[in-house]
Amino acid sequence: MNLALLIIAFVMLGSAAIAMGLRNLIHSALLLIASWAAIAAFFLWAGAEFLAFAQVLVYVGAVSMVVLFAVLLTRQSRLDLNLAPVPFGRALGALIAGSAVAGILFGAILGTPLPAAAAPPPGLTVRQLGLQLMGTHAAALLVVGVILTVALLGAIVLASNEAAPKTPEAR
Amino acid sequence: MSALPSLLRLLEVGPGLRTGFLRLLSLEPVQRPGSTTMTAATADFARATDVDKGAAFLERLPVVLRDWIASFFPESLRWVVGALLAIAVILAVFGSLFALLTLAERKVLGRVQNRPGPNRTGPFGLFQPIADAIKMLTKEDVVPREADQVLHFLAPVALLGFSILTFAVIPYGRRLVPLELDAAVLYFFAAGAGTELAVFMAGWASHNKYSLLAAMRALAQLISYELPLLLSFVPVVMLAGTLSTSRIVAAQAGWTWGFLPHWHVFTPWGFAGFVIFMVAAVAESNRSPFDLPEAESELIAGHLTEYSGFKYALFFMAEYFGMIALSGMAITLFLGGWQAPLPFLEFVPSYVWFALKLLALLLGFIWLRATLPRLRMDQLTRLAWKFLVPLALVNLGTAAFWQLTAHWDGPLSAARWVVAAVLVVGPFLVLGRGLTAGIATRTYRYA
Repeated sequence: MNLALLIIAFVMLGSAAIAMGLRNLIHSALLLIASWAAIAAFFLWAGAEFLAFAQVLVYVGAVSMVVLFAVLLTRQSRLDLNLAPVPFGRALGALIAGSAVAGILFGAILGTPLPAAAAPPPGLTVRQLGLQLMGTHAAALLVVGVILTVALLGAIVLASNEAAPKTPEAR
Repeated sequence: MSALPSLLRLLEVGPGLRTGFLRLLSLEPVQRPGSTTMTAATADFARATDVDKGAAFLERLPVVLRDWIASFFPESLRWVVGALLAIAVILAVFGSLFALLTLAERKVLGRVQNRPGPNRTGPFGLFQPIADAIKMLTKEDVVPREADQVLHFLAPVALLGFSILTFAVIPYGRRLVPLELDAAVLYFFAAGAGTELAVFMAGWASHNKYSLLAAMRALAQLISYELPLLLSFVPVVMLAGTLSTSRIVAAQAGWTWGFLPHWHVFTPWGFAGFVIFMVAAVAESNRSPFDLPEAESELIAGHLTEYSGFKYALFFMAEYFGMIALSGMAITLFLGGWQAPLPFLEFVPSYVWFALKLLALLLGFIWLRATLPRLRMDQLTRLAWKFLVPLALVNLGTAAFWQLTAHWDGPLSAARWVVAAVLVVGPFLVLGRGLTAGIATRTYRYA
C-alpha cells in the first residue's frame, strides 16, 4: 500500500470534514484551501505535474482569495462569522443526500470494467499538452475563453455605477 | 471488503511518474521514469557521472562535492542525500545572503543619503546582522489576547515556507538545478501564489482593524501585479517552447557576431518583458516604491502591526527571499541564466555569473528604494491595470511577430528590428500619455 497516497487522502478528506464541522467561517475557508492543496498533491502523485501546479495557481492562489473576500465582505461584523449550529433535520438530510451521491459514484466506479493490468503512464509533457489544447481542442479552449470574458464583463457591468465620476483631483 | 483494494488500485494511475518529494514519503527504490518527470537526484546523478569530463574543475566542483558526500551512503539512499544536500546549501547560502543584504541595504541607503550607515558593530559594521538577529530573538513575542492564536503563529511560517519553495527550480549554474521539472516556471509562480494567503492570515488573525484593512490593501496590490508578472514571461515561454527553466536558459546560449549574447533581454519584446517583469516583481515583493502594504512611516506597518520579535523578522526574511527568488527568475527568463556575457569569459564558472547577475539586480532594488518616493494606492493600481497589463498584452503580439519573422535576413532583418521596436515604444508612449493626461508634463520653478 502506498503511504504517500494515504497521507494525501487523509489530509484532503480530513480537512474537508473538519471544515464542515467548524463554526468559524474563516477557519472553514482556510481548511477548504488546505483541501484544494491536497488535491494538487494528489495530482502530483498521479504524475499530472502541470495539472497540479495549475490547481495550486488557480485554486490556492486565486479562487481562495475570492472565497475569503466574499466571506469578509458579506458579513456585518466579526461576530457574524460564527455560524449557529445546524438543526438536526437539516443535518440528517445533508447526510442522506451526501451518502446517496457517494453510493452512486462508488457503484459507477466499481461497476465499470477497467483493465486489471496497470496501464502504461501517459507521460505527457507540457509541450504535448499545449499542442493538444491548441490543435485538437482549440474550439473548446476558445469557447471557455469567451465564457470567461462574458463573465468578467458581466461582473464589471454589475459593479460599475452609472453616476459620472467627479473630476479627479490630483492623480 | 474486496471493494476497497480494487478502488485503491484504480487510483494508482502511473506508478512510474510519481515525483521526487512524494517518493520521500513512500521510500520506494528509485527507477528512471519515462521522459518528463524525473526526480532531481536521479537526473543529476545521470548527468554528473558521465557527462562533462572535460569541463573546468571549478565548474564541476559543486557536483563533484555532492557526489563525494553521497558516496558515503548506500546506493539506495543517495538520491535522498543529494536532495537534502541541495536543501541545506540553499538554506545556508540564501540565509547568509539575506543577512548580508540587510547590511548592504542599510549601508547603500546610508551612502545615497550622505551618511555612513551602520558602522559601530565590528569592522565597518559587518557584525550588524548578527546583532540584529540577537535583538530579534531576545525580544518579547507579544500576541494580542483576542488574536486567533493558531493563525497568528501560522502566517509568518507559511509565508516563509512558500517563499523558500520557490528556490527549488532556479538553475544556479550549469547542471545546478535542485529540482528539474517539466513545468518549472509554473511551479515557481504557483509556490509564490501562496504568499497572498499568508498575508491574509496575518491581517485577519491579528484581530485589529488596521491590520485587516492593510491586509486587504496588500492583497489588492499583490493580485493587481500578479497579472503583469505572469503576462510578461508568457512570450519567453512561447518562444523558447518550454516551461522548464534549464531549457529556457539553454535557449539563450550563443552569440551573434561573437559578442551580442542571445539573451532575451536583447530583443525588443524581451526588453519590454524584462522591464514589466521587474516593475511587477518590485510590487510583488512589497519593495519601495510599492511598499504600501508595510509603509512603516505612514501606515504603522500594515498587516505587521500586531507582530513583534522573531515573527516580525520572519516576515522580512520572507520579503527578502521573495526578492531574491524573483530576481533569480528574472535572470533565468531574460538575462541568460548562468550564461557568460562574452565568449572569452566562459572560463569563469557558471554559478559565479549567476551570482554576479543576482547581486546586480538586488543592488538595483536597493537603488530604487533610495531614489523613488512611495506611490499612493490609486496611482499604484492605475499603473498596474492601465499601463502594465495592456503593455504586456501588446508585448505578446510583438513576440509573435518576432517569432514569425525569424527567417528574415539581410535588409529585412533591419526592418524586423524597426517594426518590433515601434511595436514596443509606440504603445509605451501612447499609454504613458494616457496615464499622465491632465497633469501633463510638470514644470518645476525654482524658488
